Amino acid sequence: MRPMRFDRWGNQLYTGETSYDFVGRRRTWYAIAAAVILLSIAALAFRGLNLGIEFTGGSEFRVSGAGEGVSELAAIDAVAVVVPESQVEATVVGGDSVRVRTDQLDSEQTDDVRDALADAYEVPVTDVTSSFVGPSWGEDVSQRALQGLIIFLLLVSLVITAYFRTWKMAVAALVALLHDLVVTVGVYAAVGFEVTPASVIGFLTILGYSLYDTVVVFDKVRENTKDVLENPNQTYAGAANLAVNQTLVRSINTSVVALLPVGSILFIGSFLAGAGTLQDLSLALFVGIAAGTYSSVFIATPLLVHLRGSEEVIKTHARKVQERRERSPVAAGGAASPARAEPDGGELTSSARSNSDSPTQGEIPGADGHRAGQRLQPKRTPRRRR
Amino acid sequence: MPTTTRRSTPVRSLVFFFVILGIVFGVVTAGTLFSDATWRPNLALDLEGGTQIILTPDVEGDEAVPSESVEQAVEIIRQRVNGSGVTEAEVTRQGTSNILVALPGNPDDETRDLVRRSAQLSFRPVLLTGAGFSLEDLPSGDETGSDAGGAIDDEAGDESEPSVGLPDSDATPDESVVAPEETSGDEPSPADNGRPAPRVTLPSAGTGQAAPAGAINASGTAAAGTADAGTTDTGATDPEPAGDTATGGVPTDVAPEPALGTEPTAEPTDASDPAWLTPAVLAEFEALDCLAEDVLAGGREGDPEAAFVTCSQDGTEKYVLGPVELTGESVDDATAGLETNQSGFSTGAWQVQLEFDSDAAQAFSELSTRLFGLSGDRNRFAIVLDGLVVSAPGIQEPIPGGQASITGNFTQESAQTLANQLRFGALPISFTVETEEQISATLGAEQLQLSLLAGVIGLALVVVYSVLQYRALGLVTVASLTAAALLTYGFLLFLSWRQGYRLSLPGVAGLIVAIGITADSFIVFFERIRDEVRDGRSLATAVEVGWERARRTILASDTVSFLAAIVLYLLAVGGVRGFAFTLGLTTLVDLIVVFLFTKPVVTLLSRTKFFASGHRLSGFDPERLGSVVAREAVRGRSRPDVSSRGRARPGSDRTTEGARV
Repeated sequence: MRPMRFDRWGNQLYTGETSYDFVGRRRTWYAIAAAVILLSIAALAFRGLNLGIEFTGGSEFRVSGAGEGVSELAAIDAVAVVVPESQVEATVVGGDSVRVRTDQLDSEQTDDVRDALADAYEVPVTDVTSSFVGPSWGEDVSQRALQGLIIFLLLVSLVITAYFRTWKMAVAALVALLHDLVVTVGVYAAVGFEVTPASVIGFLTILGYSLYDTVVVFDKVRENTKDVLENPNQTYAGAANLAVNQTLVRSINTSVVALLPVGSILFIGSFLAGAGTLQDLSLALFVGIAAGTYSSVFIATPLLVHLRGSEEVIKTHARKVQERRERSPVAAGGAASPARAEPDGGELTSSARSNSDSPTQGEIPGADGHRAGQRLQPKRTPRRRR
Repeated sequence: MPTTTRRSTPVRSLVFFFVILGIVFGVVTAGTLFSDATWRPNLALDLEGGTQIILTPDVEGDEAVPSESVEQAVEIIRQRVNGSGVTEAEVTRQGTSNILVALPGNPDDETRDLVRRSAQLSFRPVLLTGAGFSLEDLPSGDETGSDAGGAIDDEAGDESEPSVGLPDSDATPDESVVAPEETSGDEPSPADNGRPAPRVTLPSAGTGQAAPAGAINASGTAAAGTADAGTTDTGATDPEPAGDTATGGVPTDVAPEPALGTEPTAEPTDASDPAWLTPAVLAEFEALDCLAEDVLAGGREGDPEAAFVTCSQDGTEKYVLGPVELTGESVDDATAGLETNQSGFSTGAWQVQLEFDSDAAQAFSELSTRLFGLSGDRNRFAIVLDGLVVSAPGIQEPIPGGQASITGNFTQESAQTLANQLRFGALPISFTVETEEQISATLGAEQLQLSLLAGVIGLALVVVYSVLQYRALGLVTVASLTAAALLTYGFLLFLSWRQGYRLSLPGVAGLIVAIGITADSFIVFFERIRDEVRDGRSLATAVEVGWERARRTILASDTVSFLAAIVLYLLAVGGVRGFAFTLGLTTLVDLIVVFLFTKPVVTLLSRTKFFASGHRLSGFDPERLGSVVAREAVRGRSRPDVSSRGRARPGSDRTTEGARV
């Protein structure tokens, strides 16, 4: 019956019957985010990133199809014969493959090592893959990634600013994005996952995904808050909070749907293919998408409200709404309930099932008159459109 | 809110979608039938096996490498690799300055070296020329231009050579039109050689000196002339008259000793001195067959202080060149432009303006003065790029000031090519191997298999989840994903066929990741519809209104996604590019599918009874969705017109709460 409950939950979120106070409790979310970020930075500082061969330079060999239950010792011995002075690191990946890393070898040595490995594992030499990476390659990739990051951020800020007509959304979205990146890097440092160019691709993709997710939420915020200043019953914060709640089901569905394929690549990549592009890429994505979902709900919107809350018009409006509610709670439609009334007002309860009415539903006289046929509560017009 | 005017035309959209799909697959089908398209996209090396080398230019400090010089380097490497007989090699540029060389199989060290070597541009005087290949190999003349009669004449002064004159015809009237009498004929060739590299040359240096001016015109043959020249050439390449050949046409009287000495007997007095033509050099010259394997791969720079034997880039001519007199670094600028006559009018012919820096201007002035005084082959100087002669124009006049123009029968394109070669070949770029990766075919196949498996699992999970969440509507997701997959596959086939696209492992990963992003568009849409149904709208209306809003969101978020893909692609290095490409492609496909497939299908479905009545499995059950209207109906306060546009406010009916919870 899970879907059933999920549906109902979605309904309640939509109507405001169930409402999580994302905006009002923003200090909590900020604190959590700050803590996670600090942890990430600490992990980065004390553990550092486990950089792959692409960043350190060296040669890598891979023997595929060596048969079940192979041992990496044979590889170490084989390499030691050819290049005794080199450091050798060998691991069995994906059950029947062996990955061997050495110092940077010249092409003659590389060929010799390939032959030696082929002999050692009794596979044709064509099944021994070699790659060689100059020490500056990873640096080049990261530099390019950084360059891409900056250009992308500038462009996206422009697009978001143009689309939503406020730079504050761009700032909030970028902060959320930064959070995702830092957290992802932090997870890499903490767990000790290897950072390869494929992971860097993954990080870059998180950019797109994280913003994509935030844009969807913000689009709803934009819609809900469009006429909020003309609405005496609802504050900007309230409208924004409702938007987050209303898109919560989507956010969850989206994340699940995005994580499923990524998870399946991660699974295949880790357990069947062994370390490689697939695993590196999907791992970064997996962590990033999870963080991205969190940040678009818990960071982006609260921050947006925070930023806009300091605007004079919005402050004045919020005060008016507050006054109005205090004057006539009934007219304000049960706004006495602290739950959703004023996320700006500080600590609020996270759910307000008991209160069926939603003060976050705005009232614009005449705006939607043709639809306002509610017999029950004629004073309440439908949720604003546009 | 003009929802009713939004009465869309789902059938038309659907037809349009299938037309697109049909066109893509139709073109590919036609491609498979009449061309070399296949039903499987080409695979990149990481999936097919092979060697991939990424090169980065060596630059000092933070100096940026001009884009054109990277292009130039790509051309040079391509020339080398193709010239060395490696088939199916791919040389492409990646990002701003990286060059990716993909070689099938496991190339030998020589091929690898070929890729790495730096290319230099230099100027050397021509000492001797000959046809690039022996007579039997000669192709039939492929170009006309033997207007001068095509006579095979030893004395052919060859107007087909591009000639060098002062760029400004006003400054030295006549000179660029009428060549000095000793050297070429009276008519410096507007019309014969189709290419900047001289195709026809004086085969025999021995007669150069004696050549009367008139005779020089005799065989103004162009490319066809290569064939002709070939015949005469044999004389020049005959082994025995080495001394003769060398001394022939030389005003000085230095004769190399007959033995195959490597050192010139007499110390050559200048770079044009035939004393450079030692027997060893001549023997090498004779032995050189430009069509032989590896020769046109270039890459041999030769000793800058000694004579150098090489071929023209297209292999039609071979040369003995004197020592390097100027290097590419001394070229300040080179541009292609239209030639003007002395009154400043364009003649309509293309030329290349060449400008040396101030240091080199003097050297070039001396060079041109010296060459001007010589005749035949030795009147010419060769522009050598990466060890091959790209052009060897004759000098028509001494050129002081470092500004020269190369004329000849250029097309705009060939003039541009030469100008680029002069300009960007001028930067001596050498490359470092950044990464070299060998993928065995077995590993590639395994990777492909596994990633396909991952894709199938991912897709299945997404399908299961959407059916759980959206019931029958989930099937629309499945259909839409199928449509998206088909369209993407069609595009990949097309790009693989026409654009040489190759699917790489990161590309496959991009496709799999795209499943989620594509499905998200449907989720955004469906959730919006549900919101509308919750508000009490009829399904048909809810679909249209929900679409209005979902469309905005989808467009905005896809824009961001696409932007990310473009930035990634443009700045791509290594595998990022393949990933970014598929991500961008699938974003576009997502838009096409959502607009032309998913939306119309949902519209059509919303008109069916199953969905419109809100069947519990339709995913749009108003009751389950807590539609106000439905709730009222439950309580017996039925509003029969569920489909009416009357719209309830969600959450407004406080009193119903008790009943519902």
